[in-house]
Amino acid sequence: MKALVWHGKEDIRCDEVTDPRIEDPRDAIIRVTSCAICGSDLHLFHNFIPGMLPGDIMGHETMGEVVETGDGMNGKLKKGDRIVVPFTIICGQCEQCKRGNFSVCETTNRKRHLAEKVFGHTTAGLFGYTHLTGGYPGGQAEYLRVPFADTTHIKVPDGLSDEQLLFLSDIFPTGWQAAAQCDIEPTDTVAIWGCGPVGQMAIRSAILLGANQVIAIDCVPERLSMAEAGGATIIDFKTESVMERLQELTDGRGPEKCIDATGTESHVMPSQPDTILDRAKQMLMLESDRPHVLREMIYLCRPGGVISIPGVYSGFSDKIPMGALMNKGLTVRTGQTHVNRWTDDLLRRIADGEIDPSFVITHTVDLERGPEMYRLFRDKQDSCVKVVLKP
Amino acid sequence: MYYVANIMRSEGDPKIVRSGPRQVPPADRLARSLGWFSIGLGALELLAPRRITRTLGMQGDETLVRAFGLREIFSGIMSLSVDRNAGLWSRVAGDGLDAAALMSAMRRDNPKKHNVALALLMVGGIALLDYRGAQETAQRPQNGRRRLYPDRSGFPKGLAAAKAAAQRVLSHAKAGAS
Repeated sequence: MKALVWHGKEDIRCDEVTDPRIEDPRDAIIRVTSCAICGSDLHLFHNFIPGMLPGDIMGHETMGEVVETGDGMNGKLKKGDRIVVPFTIICGQCEQCKRGNFSVCETTNRKRHLAEKVFGHTTAGLFGYTHLTGGYPGGQAEYLRVPFADTTHIKVPDGLSDEQLLFLSDIFPTGWQAAAQCDIEPTDTVAIWGCGPVGQMAIRSAILLGANQVIAIDCVPERLSMAEAGGATIIDFKTESVMERLQELTDGRGPEKCIDATGTESHVMPSQPDTILDRAKQMLMLESDRPHVLREMIYLCRPGGVISIPGVYSGFSDKIPMGALMNKGLTVRTGQTHVNRWTDDLLRRIADGEIDPSFVITHTVDLERGPEMYRLFRDKQDSCVKVVLKP
Repeated sequence: MYYVANIMRSEGDPKIVRSGPRQVPPADRLARSLGWFSIGLGALELLAPRRITRTLGMQGDETLVRAFGLREIFSGIMSLSVDRNAGLWSRVAGDGLDAAALMSAMRRDNPKKHNVALALLMVGGIALLDYRGAQETAQRPQNGRRRLYPDRSGFPKGLAAAKAAAQRVLSHAKAGAS
């Protein structure tokens, strides 16, 4: 089969690889009908996330049709079913899964010894990601083996298109969780840093959860226009002072809820000297993340507020203003997304026509053009916001 | 090469049968070559400054050569990173410093001034490559007209309806709580 394979920094190729096969009674094989390139795939593309190996198949936003199942499905999945595959692999039986903390499932990371060394504890296995999270082959391929498939799936109806459903795998529940963990109240202003695909979903989620005002911060005109269309007031940080505009829009109080949809690769620019220092340290391996957004959020969030972090961080961050964080009594909530905690509700909202996540797609191409699309997406060329690949 | 990648796979995981073409733009390839060259030259300047100053008749300037070595290594690391454009511009600036230092050694009384002239020629050639690389790796302008997305709300029933529905849910929840 064809698959997008990681060979090293900025080197992803469309390779011919052997087909996956059933290895465990709880496995299923799906024929991938649609998959997407995620912003966090770019962190892997740049080799900022440790634990990638040449030969790893990329991709964790995938859906398709079940073509083969193991013997342990207990009637939950059968050949011909149409499913979206959540990026977190879950067993459904461990204590964390029973609590709904699916992204920290204690069973599914097959390289848990690595995670335990780096994170202190294991977290769930993830598709197409670092070997710290199991190194499972990803879904930017023609076929995908889904381990623990009896629990790791979202069955979807035929009446809705792939484009409407695909993002249940990651970015929609990720944006939703980011907003949900803000505990939004009707008087709240929610400020969202980063208007990439997750930021766009967080904006719509904050609106659907009843925020009084949503403010979106970015510097890319296409993304800002999409954010504005979704109901956000926009701030272009290249031409405006984020601090002054946020103060102005909140009568000097600051936003009650702040969402970091940027993560480890904050934009580097001379007017924000800390970003240059972070980048220099990152190059010299003295720091693994560039936490400019985190610093700014802590500084600007209203005391007593909530900071929600769906953006991916990889390791160690310097100069986090802990004094401000502590004295302002801010609550920090973060984590990989507990996808299945949210998907029943989100699928209903899509089916009811409350939201159509396909608004974010700007490019749909064949899988073979994937390597080229990684660069296009990274360079924000051709007004690209989100790429869907068709194997 | 695939063999190494394949033996690192977990049992049962797909293995590479045939690899697709590597898609590295020529400008990125040039940046990579210049990056490694920079690191090599920097290491030489840092570790063997006396050999360089003797060759150029610049005895006594070892500290300067070591400092230039550090600069070269940092520029090299930058040229190999995703910020290769900044790395290449820093190399262009470094070429200027190198040329200035070499010019100061082009004295009549320097018995190695022919070596200095040769070094200046080399710096000039490398500077041209650095400049070309920096130009070509610059943030590419948008291909064609920029498309904005003011009609992509994501709410099939409209933004106002989405906001109203959210307010209804919140007031129901409030009523339920009281």
